[in-house]
Amino acid sequence: MSAQLIVFFVLAALAVLGALSLIFQKHPIHSALSLIVVMVALAGLYLLMGAEFVAAVQIIVYGGAIMVLFVFVIMLLNAGLEEHTSISKMAGFPGILLAIALTGFIAATVARSAGTFAQIPDSTGKISGGLSSTHDISTAIFKTFVYPFELTSFLILIAILGAIVLAHREKH
Amino acid sequence: MIPTTYYIALSAVLFGLGVLAFIFKRNIITIFMSIELMLNAVNLAFVAFSQANGKLDGQIFVLFVIIVAAAEAAVGLGIVILIARNRQTLNVERVDLLKL
Repeated sequence: MSAQLIVFFVLAALAVLGALSLIFQKHPIHSALSLIVVMVALAGLYLLMGAEFVAAVQIIVYGGAIMVLFVFVIMLLNAGLEEHTSISKMAGFPGILLAIALTGFIAATVARSAGTFAQIPDSTGKISGGLSSTHDISTAIFKTFVYPFELTSFLILIAILGAIVLAHREKH
Repeated sequence: MIPTTYYIALSAVLFGLGVLAFIFKRNIITIFMSIELMLNAVNLAFVAFSQANGKLDGQIFVLFVIIVAAAEAAVGLGIVILIARNRQTLNVERVDLLKL
């Protein structure tokens, strides 16, 4: 087993454990901390694939900004333990059935198309040959994808205005 | 070189766990976090396919997904604050104004 494969399995196990912990923790702040573990593990996987810029953005934006926002709101609202009513316990059985069906569909699709992935020519050399460098990503964003990139700045502006309007307390 | 299938399988498992969390959680903030988990699973598949094809487009899609997720988190948490202020609860079962 190569070193790369060992690193992959460690990071994958960390991500899956974090996701399981997100489900089984009762307190929202513990779920948030579990989600941070998943995101850092995924950033490690991106590094393993040679996508350094995406890994850095994953840690800065997801692990930093978005999760800090979540933790801030949990503390602001003083969120306590989850309460389960009789209706939510009733939802358990069909929920498990639905999740099993969904996992089965995804597994069947992955298994059926596993041959298609193998046909893609091995591109390890191309990636390490600088294809994935930050320089190439910036060239692509500011040449090919410059219109969607500018649109996202409007999207973020609208999101900021929307968040302010929603959370603003009106004085009576 | 790790096979692309491994990454896709991990992505599928994470997405399934996100769906499970979305169904079983009752706290509105935790439900939001499970949506973020599903977005992350899809991002992993994007980067894996980008690496397999030797093209950068997948990684640029991931950057756009992260930007949209940040905007969504800002607006969504604003709505959560509004719900908590108006209904004094974070349990989605108690937010039933439209129910008959």
